[in-house]
Amino acid sequence: MSYAIEMRHIRKEFPGIVANDDITLQVEEGEIHALFGENGAGKSTLMNVLFGLYQPDQGEIYVHGKKAVIHDPNDATRLGIGMVHQHFMLIDKFTVAENIVLGKEPKKHGLLDMAKAVKIVKELSEKYGLDVDPNQKVEDITVGMQQRVEILKTLYRGSDILIFDEPTAVLTPLEIQELIVIMKRLVKEGKSIILITHKLKEIFEACDRCTVIRRGKNIDSVAISDTNPSELASMMVGRKVNVQVNDAPYEPKEKVLEVDHLTVLDSRKVNVIKELNLTVHGGEILGIAGVDGNGQTELIEAIAGLRKVKNGRIKINGQDVTNQKTRKIIEAGLGYIPEDRQKHGLVLDFSIGENMVLQTYYKKPYAQLGILQNKVITKKAKQLIQEFDVRTPSEKTLARSLSGGNQQKVIVAREVDRSPELLIAAQPTRGLDIGAIEFIHGKLIDEKKKGKAVLLVSFELDEILRLSDRIAVIYEGNIIDIVNPKETDENELGLLMAGRKKGGNQA
Amino acid sequence: MSIFEVLTIIIPSTLLTAAPLIFTSLGGVFSERSGVVNIGLEGLMSVGAFTAAISTLALEHSGFGDASPWIAILIAAIAGGLFSLIHAVVSISFRADQTVSGVALNFLAAGLTIFLVKMIYEGKGQTPYITHNIDKISIPGLSKIPFIGPIFFQQVTYTSYLAILVSVLVWFIIFKTPFGLRLRSVGEHPAAADTLGINVSRMRYIGVALSGVFGGIGGAVYLVTITSNYSVSTIAGQGFLALAALVFGKWHPIGAMGASLFFGFAQALSITSQQIPYLDRLPSVIMLTAPYVLTLIVLTGFVGRAEAPKADGVPYIKGQR
Repeated sequence: MSYAIEMRHIRKEFPGIVANDDITLQVEEGEIHALFGENGAGKSTLMNVLFGLYQPDQGEIYVHGKKAVIHDPNDATRLGIGMVHQHFMLIDKFTVAENIVLGKEPKKHGLLDMAKAVKIVKELSEKYGLDVDPNQKVEDITVGMQQRVEILKTLYRGSDILIFDEPTAVLTPLEIQELIVIMKRLVKEGKSIILITHKLKEIFEACDRCTVIRRGKNIDSVAISDTNPSELASMMVGRKVNVQVNDAPYEPKEKVLEVDHLTVLDSRKVNVIKELNLTVHGGEILGIAGVDGNGQTELIEAIAGLRKVKNGRIKINGQDVTNQKTRKIIEAGLGYIPEDRQKHGLVLDFSIGENMVLQTYYKKPYAQLGILQNKVITKKAKQLIQEFDVRTPSEKTLARSLSGGNQQKVIVAREVDRSPELLIAAQPTRGLDIGAIEFIHGKLIDEKKKGKAVLLVSFELDEILRLSDRIAVIYEGNIIDIVNPKETDENELGLLMAGRKKGGNQA
Repeated sequence: MSIFEVLTIIIPSTLLTAAPLIFTSLGGVFSERSGVVNIGLEGLMSVGAFTAAISTLALEHSGFGDASPWIAILIAAIAGGLFSLIHAVVSISFRADQTVSGVALNFLAAGLTIFLVKMIYEGKGQTPYITHNIDKISIPGLSKIPFIGPIFFQQVTYTSYLAILVSVLVWFIIFKTPFGLRLRSVGEHPAAADTLGINVSRMRYIGVALSGVFGGIGGAVYLVTITSNYSVSTIAGQGFLALAALVFGKWHPIGAMGASLFFGFAQALSITSQQIPYLDRLPSVIMLTAPYVLTLIVLTGFVGRAEAPKADGVPYIKGQR
């Protein structure tokens, strides 16, 4: 039997790095095949080779048993290979239908036939159960629907082999479930799927087989039914994964963060935080659990001075920082790992070294008489890169060119190194692979052990349960309960997050 | 003087001065919709005007008569198209900064055209006057319509109506044809277009070349309908007004036409103010600065959030994050 896709002994080098070193990938017809590996392991490079964006230095590609040479995406499309890109390749101002037919437009007398385009899109969306509105503009639809548009683009071009490049990174848990249903339906309709991912959960829910790559090399290909999560995880990382647990004794010290009757408006001028009270002590990790959109973002932005407080008080180390300037709040003892690392955490076009002194550059020894001391900054950056295991060619590399996990490590290094009394970590591990997640979890636990206060906000209940000493559940802008992680479970938390207090009463 | 009479003075004058702006701003639409900022419109108009001047003179000399300026416009279109390729090569193939490249185009055009004028006409700073320009006429039939006829169809040039028709045509091309969809796609999200097999560089070359063609026509029309000879001060800011019209018109062909008509109106006001009651009492310096002051007011106050094509001005590098 021939494979839908067979990539044999692929090698691809970039200046200074071997991204793919003798990788072989065999995808059977009609299966969902996971390509599993850490960030930077070479998954995307391999898929870009398959899609014709890169030319391999060595190796051969067979499509449905026939040898294929793929020079560019047009060749790949002709061979029935379609790619659902991680960063959607969609034009915001175009309609769904325009996006789908672009480059292969239905014509009538040489003109665009949009009526026909809309009809084709409707038919395709019904056939594969991909709900979209062909006439809406892409900028007006949800992320989940945008992804369905990306899938439809490949189906419109007649693809029967679909590559999904980390498709769940941008989706909500519900959308992820929907996507898995869609993938299974596509396979039923005769398509073959390659799923690039570093999330174990998805592999076990969706895939038939899995190929693991690590640092550019093939590790193994296994049937999912023959393996288990911890085996796959250690295959990916190359060592036994130590799950970090918060095992240090819980000995709360003095109050570090005091939030008193806080009221905050959101961008639409609605009270999104209402009379909220919260205290975090030194030597504890307080986890905030809640469904997205219940005020988590606004709460931490208010504490960090990024959002105006309407009413109430915020104190850090006993110092009133309500509506203070950000620098003042930082100097009062705040460390902040923001939710969106690219937007708020880094200046992407600055070097790693420059990013590491963003809050301290004006102080000695980084500046003398108003002049930056580049030698000192470089030395500091080198030390932090070492200490926090940031994988980068040098401290002069631009933050933009790092992988997500390494970008996050730069932020964590900068914030933790200043040893702030209060560390806010918002979604600190979103989109990261297991190795990086464990590393960051370890750092948060270390801060607690040092007696600092850590405020953790996460949508991953697993993360909250594993790290927190206390869990505060936020619902519609208020803390509706504080529970002990040792005495609760995901079910109870889930109910609380939906606004139900213990005993089934509506809160 | 009645309002009717005022209109019969101002409207034809508006149509006359707007035509070159309309053509040139439509050129800008093509270029910027494909993702290449084109500050060089001024230079392209200069090249067009210069080419039109020497071509008309040569054609007249060869006995082409009234057809001379029309043929000259076509030659100017080709010259503008060729000249714009400098901008295309520098900013698309070599990915240089598009603003700098456009500014260079303007300097180059100003210097080169005057240098050539001096070379051809033995050291004179300007060309001789052409004798066959495109004249103001009354359009047969239409000009006889009561009220509307004298305002819109007397003392006008065909080029004004051509400009308006071409705007509609450009709108049609950009929004109703596969070519237009692809052109817009490379101006919004070139990487997306690339993955769908659209040749980004080729589309952008076409966009810039069309801006050259239209800029050349704009300059030529300005010469054969308004100034009749070429010197260093012939274009003097018209290209930048066209650029402003492009932004004011929100990168939309019909919008650019409307904005060009508005700027044409502002210029007409200053040209004709001496004939218009009340306005003739104002110091002429106020009327002469009016077009520019109005431009500033409009661009700062009324445009609102003008949304340029997303990738306008951003060179496309394959495979960049």
